Amino acid sequence: MTPAPLPRWVDLILLPLLNLSVAFLVAGLVVLAIGEDPLEATRILLYGALGWGEGIGFTLYYATSFIFTGLAVAVAFHAGLFNIGGEGQAYVGGLGVAVVCLALDRYVQWWITAPLAALGGAAFGAAWAFVPAYLQATRGSHVVITTIMFNFIAASLMIWLLVDVLAPPGQMSPESRTFEAGGRLPQLDGLMALIGVDTGSAPVNLSLILALLAAWGVWLLIWRTRLGYEMRTFGANRDAAIYAGVSPLRITVVAMLISGGLAGLMALNPVMGEQHRLLFEFVGGAGFVGIAVALMGRAHPAGVVAAALLFGVLYQGGAELAFEKPAITRDMIVMIQGLVILFAGALEFLFRPALGRLFAGAARREAA
Amino acid sequence: MSQTPHASAAPAIELIGVDKRFGAVRANRDIHLSVAQGEIHGIVGENGAGKSTLMSILYGFYQADAGEIRVDGRPVAIPDSQAAIALGIGMVHQHFMLVEPFTVLENVMLGAEGGALLAKGRADARAELERLARDYAMQVDPDAVVGELPVGLQQRVEILKALFRGAKTLILDEPTGVLTPEEADHLFRILGRLRDEGKTVILITHKLREIMAATDAVSVMRRGEIVATVRTAETSVEALAEAMVGRRVLLRVEKGPARPGPARLTVENARVVDALGVERLRGVSLTVRAGEIVGIAGVSGNGQSELLEAIAGIRPLTSGAIRIGPEMAPPSPALVRDMKLAHVPEDRHRMGLVTRFEARENAVLGYLKGFTRGVFLDRAAIRERCMRDMADFDVRPPDPSLRTANFSGGNQQKIVLAREIAVDPDVLIVGQPTRGVDVGAIEAIHRRLIELRDAGKAILLVSVELEEVRALSDRVLVMFDGRVMGEAGADATEAEIGLMMAGVERGAAA
Repeated sequence: MTPAPLPRWVDLILLPLLNLSVAFLVAGLVVLAIGEDPLEATRILLYGALGWGEGIGFTLYYATSFIFTGLAVAVAFHAGLFNIGGEGQAYVGGLGVAVVCLALDRYVQWWITAPLAALGGAAFGAAWAFVPAYLQATRGSHVVITTIMFNFIAASLMIWLLVDVLAPPGQMSPESRTFEAGGRLPQLDGLMALIGVDTGSAPVNLSLILALLAAWGVWLLIWRTRLGYEMRTFGANRDAAIYAGVSPLRITVVAMLISGGLAGLMALNPVMGEQHRLLFEFVGGAGFVGIAVALMGRAHPAGVVAAALLFGVLYQGGAELAFEKPAITRDMIVMIQGLVILFAGALEFLFRPALGRLFAGAARREAA
Repeated sequence: MSQTPHASAAPAIELIGVDKRFGAVRANRDIHLSVAQGEIHGIVGENGAGKSTLMSILYGFYQADAGEIRVDGRPVAIPDSQAAIALGIGMVHQHFMLVEPFTVLENVMLGAEGGALLAKGRADARAELERLARDYAMQVDPDAVVGELPVGLQQRVEILKALFRGAKTLILDEPTGVLTPEEADHLFRILGRLRDEGKTVILITHKLREIMAATDAVSVMRRGEIVATVRTAETSVEALAEAMVGRRVLLRVEKGPARPGPARLTVENARVVDALGVERLRGVSLTVRAGEIVGIAGVSGNGQSELLEAIAGIRPLTSGAIRIGPEMAPPSPALVRDMKLAHVPEDRHRMGLVTRFEARENAVLGYLKGFTRGVFLDRAAIRERCMRDMADFDVRPPDPSLRTANFSGGNQQKIVLAREIAVDPDVLIVGQPTRGVDVGAIEAIHRRLIELRDAGKAILLVSVELEEVRALSDRVLVMFDGRVMGEAGADATEAEIGLMMAGVERGAAA
């Protein structure tokens, strides 16, 4: 017999908040240990991320990438697959975006390029997820191993392409030429100004809207479509899925293609939205942050968006913090990220038994 | 109704006012139980009545919220199973806790090696094992590898393990589930012997006939309470069943003679080799006609599961053929369903349901095709189907949005059965329809299967409950080691079927 389930709000809100608080508490202790004031650090971090217009713009820019990669992990997760190759899929997705932009930017308007670039990014990201998915479905090669290996292959492939193929002749840095106006997504500064936020030169761009649409789309997919139902069945009980006539090969491959496609879409944000060129290592760890985001968001699109915003705050605020307090480097943010993964993911159930007892006790007192 | 305590000594085990809650569920309430020295005490009750919780408290897996445990008259605390063993309480679990590649001797001494070097402990253990085998007539080769022993002997090793650790009181949890009737009888003889040597035995079961055959006293549990404790000699199967369920129950299935029609399901010389290369089906042939129930009896693990899965299209045949009506059945669960064959799997938790899903999502598992609009789910139709199924089978609570895991075993099984017959199949294959299902629901499910038969469905029934197979089936096939050993009519005796279950060919027995 298992303990009675926790009330829903405890499971969905209190528990993640508790885990998060502990992660920050430990991080605060580390700040204290290096001789800085954790409260002041928190203040700088929050102000840097949310206290001024440009900060908000940057926070949303980072959050955009994390929404995509977080959704990628969440979708695969529902099908019982742990796709930790978002980093590589996004990187290769960038190639898809760049190829479209390079081909069209001189000839058409951005709004013609954008949907095709999105398709290109998704297709390349999905293609990069296909091989691990197929190997998992047919040979049982675990996606956790193969997708992470594919991150390295992607890194090697991209460096070769950037150095030997895409870099314009005579240029030393490994990057493509800069796209013309037809290959650039519009910034959202006008839209943000409408709600009274001056984002200045922050790179928050149209892909944020696409990210929010993608979150809604994932919600529809998972809970409203037949495919989503089959994915959830497969993820929750493989034998029951086979019994119900779901093909493990098909569902594994399809789930991973969608996951890789979402990771690939992430490339729109930095490549077409900010840098307007394909850069060496432009993903910058967003693929891995997506794992933390999906874990924290409990694989629910709304949770993913919330967790992506949180990590956006951490990234932007962390950068400001590193600027103001040289003793606190960006590595600190990586550490906080690690702590969040530790407490929200690996130790997800750390507080569950205690909370279970607490609420069982409350229920008993009520009954008595 | 309570029994008089043993005149000469304090009770071996005494529970006074034991209470245990899990969240809002009160699994045990105010339990008073007294088990005298040297008796076999049965505990019966439906699934979820609290038998296992009670024994887990006694064996130190759970701590009681209130109440006292006394062993030999002394109040004790049992914080873990080590403490239970130290108090002379031994447990034989329903699922054996044996290391299969180890020998009998190694299994018995595991955790009681008596030092870092094995040589001395091994010699001591061997001597002790021989003494136990002699004293209790439980011969078993100490050097045999456990994984290669038949289940009956594996169970014997479990008992020896407990005795080796000095158990004076032995708890057996549903010990006969994996045994043939004959092996079960043998087990009861061993238990009798143990009792005669002064051991105390607590036997947990849901099979009332075993209680009548093997125990001296019996306690009945219902909804976490002990509702009756009686001397076995002074009660009857009917009285116990009534105490278990709280109302009169019909133990016999009432049915008229079958009126079989044309063959609906034909299996011809089916062979299945599993992933490990072991041949699980060795040429099975059978026919099920419209309007009859063909039962498959046998100890579990003799190929019944593979047969069901092969027919359902889940497991490909290595050779042979399966026909549904005149057509060949393809090895695809989806296509087989399209051919109007429905499948109630043996293990609803492993296969028949996604317990994490809401009930309505399970109500269409495998039948999603009829419940979509484009790529989207038709949620209204799904809900409606679930409500109809729930009303039809009296599922409680009738809440389509409740998580499936929160339904009782009987109601979960009703959800599966309702789903499978809602599509009006021609052929129904059913595995363990009443496993882990309470007596009240068993009655309803049995009645339903007979109704389906009378409506002209062809039904193949697999169950390890021999009584159930005999009560429902018009013809009984007995499987052993991947083969059909023979066919028995509805009037065959239990002994006749029992011999075939043990692998004795029909005819050879006579």
